[in-house]
Amino acid sequence: MNLRPAIRLASVAFGLATLLSAALPAGAADSADPAADAKAFQNYFTTKFPKLKLADFVNGPYSLNEDMHRQWVEKEEFPPYEFSLEMGKEMFAKPFKNGKGYADCFDNGGIGVRQNYPYFDEKEGKVITLELALNRCREANGEAPLSYMKDEMAALTAYMAFTSRGKPFDIKIPNDPRALAAFENGKQYFYTRRGQLNFSCASCHVQNPGQRMRAEILAPALGILNAMPIYRSEWGGMGTISRRFTSCNSQTRGVPLEPQSDEYRDLEYYLSYVSNGLPISGPGARP
Amino acid sequence: MNDTSATKPGRLMRLAPALLLTSLIGIVTSAGPVHAQSAAVEGQKLAFDRGKGNCLTCHVIKGGDLPGTIGPELKDIKSKFPDRNELVAILNDETKRNPQTVMPPFGRNRILTEQEINAIVDFLQTL
Ligand code: HEC
Ligand code: HEC
Repeated sequence: MNLRPAIRLASVAFGLATLLSAALPAGAADSADPAADAKAFQNYFTTKFPKLKLADFVNGPYSLNEDMHRQWVEKEEFPPYEFSLEMGKEMFAKPFKNGKGYADCFDNGGIGVRQNYPYFDEKEGKVITLELALNRCREANGEAPLSYMKDEMAALTAYMAFTSRGKPFDIKIPNDPRALAAFENGKQYFYTRRGQLNFSCASCHVQNPGQRMRAEILAPALGILNAMPIYRSEWGGMGTISRRFTSCNSQTRGVPLEPQSDEYRDLEYYLSYVSNGLPISGPGARP
Repeated sequence: MNDTSATKPGRLMRLAPALLLTSLIGIVTSAGPVHAQSAAVEGQKLAFDRGKGNCLTCHVIKGGDLPGTIGPELKDIKSKFPDRNELVAILNDETKRNPQTVMPPFGRNRILTEQEINAIVDFLQTL
């Protein structure tokens, strides 16, 4: 299906983006204090959904609705991401042509480390996501990078998430003005309205979680990355964080960025940091 | 560059062919004077069309399938908004009334033309 005419059209309106500051959870709008931001952010959601415990938010739309929760429990019995998880495990164990492997690129051999990504690399002055680190690992060992969207990348991140299940997100912002700037930049991206339809990420995932957009129940922004990567019935397969970001952008007649562009990396840094303390639950399954 | 399966639109907005179709309809309806009734029928089409108003994404509207729950149900419109200009204004740019609204500014961002907005308002007045 060809989306290009729509994308071209949307780019005309792209310049109209404005900052939706008033929709921010109270107090989070103009402080440059990430810890206070995260607190206000988590408060906003726990107040909006008083019946949910913090850890419940990691199941996205499934946490918000009883019928859907039942579907989730059923799905977990024969999880549709199982195939991908197996493939990821095999890929992870298989040495590169030079004899080294993924385990050599990560702390603790890559096991149980998902909750530490993304991190801010002070040498490079940039945010490093898990997807990016995996491709860098490949390239450093003479292997071609993988597509960021699905298949092998989804399989590897599924396996790494699985070995980290239950570990709380532990994203750090080092005492470096560039790290703070990356966080602020990600936050700004999240709350900025863009595209012909004038939506920000927050329009859907902060202002309207639990509401139905057509038949889909909107996930809350709190814990929104903990279950990544996900199997989506609608995709008929797995998708990574890169895939979800680009598809939310293009579904709303916005122009998706390149996967792992600086903006998306900062966005992932922001969204992960404000979910600190919530357990990794990936890989996930969604309708 | 663009992984097609990743940019595949979700149920939310499958719009490319719809856009083509409705721009043709746009040409037809702007060609001559339209009577209020046929305009209302046209307005309903535009309101339900996923590439145009796509109002059902957010509003329950009589006669429409798979509505969302983000906005209020659109009913008793004539009693709520006796002045059609109010409706035109909401469709043009609801952020003027409510800066935080998620309702897209259909007129300001040229998602709908003036004629299309008028046709949709005719339809809304039948609800
Ligand atoms: C107009 C609505 C809309 C906007 C704007 C939007 N999304 Fe989404 N998003 C959805 C829908 C619908 C889904 C699928 C249902 C769900 O899981 O929430 C979704 C799903 C997601 C998910 C997966 C949630 C899960 O638990 O599976 C993530 C992550 C996400 N969006 C991030 C973003 C980001 C980041 C932005 C901005 C760049 C954004 N979204 C903008 C509608 C939107
Ligand atoms: C993305 C969501 C969204 C879409 C799409 C949308 N609306 Fe709305 N609409 C809202 C919300 C939310 C409100 C509540 C008022 C506000 O937010 O300012 C609203 C309010 C309204 C109202 C005022 C209703 C009342 O009882 O006060 C009318 C009329 C209306 N919309 C018509 C439409 C029409 C016609 C379309 C399609 C051409 C449309 N809307 C598309 C979200 C949406």
